[in-house]
Amino acid sequence: MTDRSEMFDRLKGLIAPFNKKGVDVSETTTFAGDLEWDSLTVMDFVAEVEDSFDIIISMNLQAEIENVGQLVDAVTKLTAA
Amino acid sequence: MTDLFSKFDALIAQREGLLATGVKDPFSLVMEEVKSPTVAVVNGKETILLGTYNYMGMTFDDDVIAAGKKALDEFGAGTTGSRVLNGTFQGHKECEDALKEFYGMDHAMVFSTGYQANLGIISTIAGKGDYIILDIDSHASIYDGCKMGDAEIVAFRHNDVEALEKRLKRLPADAGKLVVLEGVYSMLGDVAPLKEMIRVSKEAGAMILVDEAHSMGFIGENGRGVAEEQGVLDDVDFIIGTFSKSVGTVGGFCVSNHPKFEIMRLVCRPYVFTASLPPSVVACSAASIRKLMHNSNKRGHLWENSKSLHQGLRDLGFQLGTPNAQSAIIAVIMPDLEKGAAMWAALLENGLYVNLARPPATPAGMTLLRCSLCAEHSSEQVADILDRFARAGKAVGII
Repeated sequence: MTDRSEMFDRLKGLIAPFNKKGVDVSETTTFAGDLEWDSLTVMDFVAEVEDSFDIIISMNLQAEIENVGQLVDAVTKLTAA
Repeated sequence: MTDLFSKFDALIAQREGLLATGVKDPFSLVMEEVKSPTVAVVNGKETILLGTYNYMGMTFDDDVIAAGKKALDEFGAGTTGSRVLNGTFQGHKECEDALKEFYGMDHAMVFSTGYQANLGIISTIAGKGDYIILDIDSHASIYDGCKMGDAEIVAFRHNDVEALEKRLKRLPADAGKLVVLEGVYSMLGDVAPLKEMIRVSKEAGAMILVDEAHSMGFIGENGRGVAEEQGVLDDVDFIIGTFSKSVGTVGGFCVSNHPKFEIMRLVCRPYVFTASLPPSVVACSAASIRKLMHNSNKRGHLWENSKSLHQGLRDLGFQLGTPNAQSAIIAVIMPDLEKGAAMWAALLENGLYVNLARPPATPAGMTLLRCSLCAEHSSEQVADILDRFARAGKAVGII
């Protein structure tokens, strides 16, 4: 549980500079709906996450990630591998 | 019943909103007469064409037209068949021979369109467990090829060598990798740093595909494209190209030196499950490709045109997509879609046709007026074009 909340906090920190609307970020916050990110913002954010964790989030995987909780799961899995 | 069309409502509303402002629909223009590679009649008015990708002006070349007429007489109107069944005529082989000679490569495969060439080659060579690493600003046909296949897709920031290298290093060392690049990116007309990108890709053990659709015929010593210009053509595994730009017809191709390349004819579905190009089209294409091999004067004039248009538009105060003329595409950046559509309409009123390009085709949500020059544009026409841009730009309030 601690690991998960640490991961959430870290990702929340990475989301912050892109959170132009000042949305209160929780696990259920969606990128397209709540944060209103366009494809360009998504690309910049994904690159940021990839570089921070030294991972690859393929476009195939991105298509399955709609909210912050799903991103926490995905990054946790990718960094464990 | 759920109306399956409700997903298009936002776009329908945007379009109606735009038309309500009184501008003509930019996406339903009709060329009533085409007088030359650079002049057509639109809405009854003689119009300079500055948005056709007809870079070398081969559409009305006498030899090209004669070759097509002869093939039409001798081989008929169509092939009515797939390349692998009854649809390979003498002309298709001759067209592939011309491509092999043009690029100095061992293998050439002609597809019915450039879109299908990317769709077919990319979806077929990268399979399950393989990785495709592509520039985020890649053409729709590249993305659709990725979507059709089973590979993992990894995107990197436009023309960013370091971003490409970092991602390549994070991929499993033994996985199959295909790096997909373009020589000239069609929206802004900017050129890729292929030399560096190909170096880091080779170091990571990746195969490399370069789409040279917008450079064939005039970039590089022999018009083979940006890879030739940067001295790295030998390191490219697959070149994809089209006949619908410099060649002046329609169709697509892939050329390669891969020793097993010919197997693609049996396994590439967009090649197999569609009818081949008509005999007249392959005959025109072959004649055009052979003429493009010896065209340095025309190439020189096209570069002059591109440079003077770029300089002229900058002097007028327009914001352009590249700091200098890097290709035959000059992109003029519009403040928004409404202003862009108004400017497009004003140019047409002034007898000038350019492409209106908007998201999602454009990068960074930009609205662009995309100009593509032709080797057949005279210097007077280029001066005329600048004049019309000045008038329209002032009328719309952009400059």
